[in-house]
Parts: sequence; structure tokens; C-alpha cells
Amino acid sequence: MLLKKTLTALLVGAALSATTAQAEIKIGVVTSSTGPIALVGIPQKNSVPLLPTSAGGETITYISLDDGSDPTAASKAFKKLIDEEKVDAIIGPSGSGAAVGVLQYAAESGTPMLAPVGTAAVVLPMTEQKKWVFKTTQNDDLIASAIVDHMKEAGVKTVGLIGTADPYGENWAKVMGELTREAGIEIVASESFQRQDTSITGQSLKLLMANPDAVLVAAPGSSSVMPQTTLKEQGYAGQIYQTHGAALDPFLKLGGKAVEGTILAASLMLVLDEVEDSPAKQIATDYVARYTELHGEAPATFGGNVYDAGLLLHNAIPTALETAKPGTAEFRSALRDALEATKELPGTQGVYNMTPADHSGFDERGRVMITVKDGDWKLLD
Amino acid sequence: MNLQIAILLGQDGITNGAIYALLALSIILVFTVTRILLIPLGEFVTFGALTMYAFQSGHETSIVWLLAAMIALDAALDLKQLFSNGMDARKAQWIGIKLGYAALMVTLMHTLSLQEIPMLAQALLTLMLLVPLGPVMYRVFFQPIASAQPLVLLIVSIALHVTMVGIGLLMFGPEGGRTAPFSDTALRLGSVMLKSQTLWVILVSVVLIVSLFLAFERTLYGKALRATAVNRMGARLMGISPDFAGKATFALAAFIGVASGILIAPITTLYYDSGFIISLKGFVGAIIGGLISYPLAAIGAVAVGLIEAFSMFWASNYKEIIVFTLIIPFLLWRSINSNHVEDEE
Repeated sequence: MLLKKTLTALLVGAALSATTAQAEIKIGVVTSSTGPIALVGIPQKNSVPLLPTSAGGETITYISLDDGSDPTAASKAFKKLIDEEKVDAIIGPSGSGAAVGVLQYAAESGTPMLAPVGTAAVVLPMTEQKKWVFKTTQNDDLIASAIVDHMKEAGVKTVGLIGTADPYGENWAKVMGELTREAGIEIVASESFQRQDTSITGQSLKLLMANPDAVLVAAPGSSSVMPQTTLKEQGYAGQIYQTHGAALDPFLKLGGKAVEGTILAASLMLVLDEVEDSPAKQIATDYVARYTELHGEAPATFGGNVYDAGLLLHNAIPTALETAKPGTAEFRSALRDALEATKELPGTQGVYNMTPADHSGFDERGRVMITVKDGDWKLLD
Repeated sequence: MNLQIAILLGQDGITNGAIYALLALSIILVFTVTRILLIPLGEFVTFGALTMYAFQSGHETSIVWLLAAMIALDAALDLKQLFSNGMDARKAQWIGIKLGYAALMVTLMHTLSLQEIPMLAQALLTLMLLVPLGPVMYRVFFQPIASAQPLVLLIVSIALHVTMVGIGLLMFGPEGGRTAPFSDTALRLGSVMLKSQTLWVILVSVVLIVSLFLAFERTLYGKALRATAVNRMGARLMGISPDFAGKATFALAAFIGVASGILIAPITTLYYDSGFIISLKGFVGAIIGGLISYPLAAIGAVAVGLIEAFSMFWASNYKEIIVFTLIIPFLLWRSINSNHVEDEE
């Protein structure tokens, strides 16, 4: 009998605490902190404790889940967050493929989703489903156009591409194909490789034989290093460009002398000391300092993408609170509308200006041209 | 395609092929002696490479705690056995030695300034840290189920592989590592540059293969292992301990894996999860050798390396497909040409 009473008391207690919990705002976070893209997911997961904890007088709780870099697990995590936790918005997942897969669940349940992923396919072309998705990374074409502009100015006529055989590299090949055609630059060789390849001598020889004026390496994280070191070893003397995927400190450490003089376009997080003062710089500096204090190392750009998602929500929540209570469908819908109305919001990656057609919202303030000089990132002038 | 490119690709293929050959040999060695397909072999490669990288870049090397924990587990199992089988002074002494070794490694890791010691010492330390994991792994996970069916052993082996990949992520992080080359010199042969690291890889592989051959042909322990491989029950009747044979082969395999990792770390960027693909290619070599023949496996593994190098030149998108499709004709040829022997137990 006693046991039964205790149980009932516990259940009632749990039910009560559940109802009080309804008043707070719940945000789900899905990252890939294990598995092949842990490189992206770990700084993202580590950024969760830094996200704003209250907005418009309400506290925000974050429920962080790991999808193990598996799109199926990401779907499960999304369903769990939506059906069981009844979250008001979801940040994640880390993988491009996973993000494309889960956006239908976000749309069906009417839950705003802030995707810190690279591929523009989650917000472009805009559809009824993608209305619910906001992307906190620069679209590839924004970065690519900066690179192509620089090539044009430098008098590059022919270019060779080498990218990873995944959505990242493939999308870059596509974007570069379009942009170079407009700029009158010819792509003379296009090669691909796997992140885990132990050698890319063959691809690099093929590029060398085509003898392009410049080579663009499109690979995320440390896999961007090997094409460049191999090319240098084989005596390639032209200019090597990298994408924002290479904008991580291990790139410098692994590449050493071989990456000296590389040109890339990326967010201003790498060269904070050199860029002119701006609200975005202040936020990025603050984020880097807090992250470093908490985790003992500087964050990779991917972490900033999640942090920005938090800032976007923080900015939109007060507006949404005016129309509805957290935990309701009306609130989620109002939150979506408020996110879409974001104007001139500075984040770590640049300045966000959302419109119904553009759910990424960056302009040229979201990227700077960077080069590697004396083993460090330097603003390109 | 001209001669120079063919030579460059060939050089690349032989370098990778030499590593695959070493791995193929250890896969066959472990399989014939213990009937275990050593899937986690690749993890020894990446652990070796990434430990070297951690030393050189001054990162914390928490891998020593894995070693300490595994040895403690091993000692606990030994103690339990001691209590149930009655005390044995020699065995008790062994436990003390093992624990002492773990303590020694922990102190070494925390007193030496790992970044400054010479590369040879770093390599030695890496081997000392990781090779004992091999026999301990056998003792803890395989010895209790040594007589189980090969399928059970395979499942445990896969579980270990998955666990070790996870541990690798935890200890080394998601970033790849690449170490400094053993020496900076390059050899010029006509118009072709030979990287000194390539020569190192080939040299060490050949030395390892030859010394393995000599050890198996000429020494008592080698012969004991061979006897176990030929007939486990017979070997046991002749007084060869199957536990010892298992631990010895695992130690050898771990040694070869870690050494391969140290050898290729300067050539390529390795990640915590690169090991599987590398050992899988060694496995293709081992299959070509029918999981029995060492020379055939070595030749097959070098062929895998060469085919890989040339296919990445011709069709980089299909490289892996080409390499792994290779296995099919060989399996067909093997199954047509050999009398299928049911598992002996």
C-alpha cells in the first residue's frame, strides 16, 4: 500500500512539474558529436552551453541529442524532440544529408528548424516545406563568388577543381561550374577523392597534367590539406584556393609550409584581430572568448553556426511571445514568422537579413578574403 | 600517361601495397592460429599514427589510461582465476609485472617531455604503449570464448572494432593527424623523385616480412604457432598452450598494425576512423591468399595497392569500387578451385 501511495505521489509530482515546465521555452539541439562528421558536430555540441538561457522573460532549456552522423538517427532524434519533448524549435542536425532528410518532419509538425549545415539545398529553392528551415551558414555561392571574383582579378584563365566525393565537394563543383562560366574561366580538370584516402597522387597528377593557372580544393576540415600538400610535393607552382571548409586551425598545423600563400574566403571568425570593428566582430570575439574559457580551445567555425542559431531564436522569441504561449502550435508558427522577419541581426558569421525568399540571409559582410602568411591566417588586402 | 607518371603512381601503389601486405599477413596469422578475423587491426594502425602525432604536436596522450585500464582488467581476471585454481607463485608474479609495466608507462608519459625526445624514442614509446593492448585484448575478450564458433568470434571482433573507433574519437578527437617525416632527404633517380619515406616504408616492410618468415621457420615459438595453425587440438596435445598462442599472435598483429601506422603517418593524414578502410584492403589481399597462403596474400596486397593507385588516376570516383570488386573474381576462383573444408571443430 505504502508503495502504491508513494508511486501515486511521485506520478502526481511528475505531472505537476511537467505542467510547470510547459511555461518555459524548449529548444532541441541535434548534432553529430560522434561518427564521421564529429569534426563538425563536436564544436556544435560544445556551443550549446553558451547559448542564451532566457529571452523575453522566459527561460530557455536546451535538449541536446547526438545522431552519430547517421541520417536515420537524426530523423529519430527529430521525431523524439517533436512528439515527446514538444520542443518549440530545433537547432540541427550537423550533416547536410541528414538536414535534407529531416526537414519534412519539421514542416509537418510546424516546428522551426535552424540548420547549421553547408548545403544550400535546405533553403533553396524555397518551397512550402522549406519555409520552416533557416540556415546559419553562408551559401556556397556567396563564398564561391568571392573566390571567382578574386581569380578574375588575378588574371586566372584556367582552373582545376579537386573536391571530396560527398555533398560538400559535389555542390562546390556545381556552384563553381556556373560561376566560372559567367566569369569566362575554364575548368580544365575536376577530380574527387574520399576523406579517408591515404593517397591522392593520381588525382593530383591528373590536375598537374592539365596545368591550370589555379586549383581550388573543396573539402571540409583537415581533408582539405592533403590535396594541397600532394600538389606542392609534385611541384605545382600555381595559386591554390581553398573553401571555407578549410577555415580551421588544424589546416595550418597539418599543412605547414605547403599551405603558405593559400587564398580562401570564409567568415570573419579567423581574422578577428584584423577586421574593422563591427557588431559582428564584437559578438564573434565574445563567443570565441567564452568558448575558449569553457573548453580550453578555440572553436571551429561550425560552433559559431550553432551559436548564431541561438542568437536568431533569442532575437525572435520576444516577438513570438506576444502572440502565443510556448509549447503551442501558435507559438511555433509565430516564432517562424519572427525568424523570417529578422533584420540586421549581427552574429558570429556575419549579419542576418531574412526574407521569405532568403532563409540564409547573408550578404558580403558574411565573408572575408583570407590568406595564410607565416603560418597564420591573415586578411588578404 | 607517360613513363614518369607511371613511375610516380607505381611508387605510390607499392608504398600503400607494402602496408596492405603487412596487414594481410597479420590477418592471416591471427585467423589461422585463433580463427578470429581481426577487424580491429585497422584501429591499431590509426592509434599508432595518432599517438605519434599526439606526441609531436604536444597533445595530451590519454591513451596511456586505456592501457592502464585494460591491464588492470586483465590482472583482475588473472587474480580471479588464481583464487579459483589455487595459488601459483609464478602467476602471481606475472600479475605484479604487468601492473608494474602499466605504472611505468603512466609515469613515463607524465615525466618525459614527449615533444622533444628523438623520433625513434617516440616511435618506441608508441609501440610500448599500444602493442600490449593486443595480447590484453585477446586475454579479456577472446580467451574466455576461444572455443566458440567462428561466427561468434567474428561478432565480438566487430564489436571491438566499433568500440575502438569510439575510443579513438574520444582520445584523439575528430581531427586528422600527420607526423613529421623520418628524414627530409629525397632520392633522385633520373627525372623521378623518390620520397625517402617511401623507401622507409618498403624497407621496414621487407625487413618485417623476412623476420616473420625466419621466426616462423627457425624458432621454437614460431614453430609452435605454426603447429597451432595447422591443428589446434594436435598442438595442444604436444603441450602448446592455446592461450599463449592467441596472446602471441595478437601481440604480433598489434605490433605490425602499430608499426604500419607509424610508417604511413608522415605520408598521409589519418583520422580516428581511417583504420577500417586500410585493414579492409589488407583483407582483400588476405582473401586473394585464401586466408592461408602468406606469399599469395603479400603479392595480392601489393597488387591491390597498385590497382588503387592507377584507378585513382583513371577514375577517381570509382577507386574504392574497383578495388573491392576485385575480391569477387578471386572468391569465385577460390571456391571453384578448392575443396571446401568444413570448420574443424
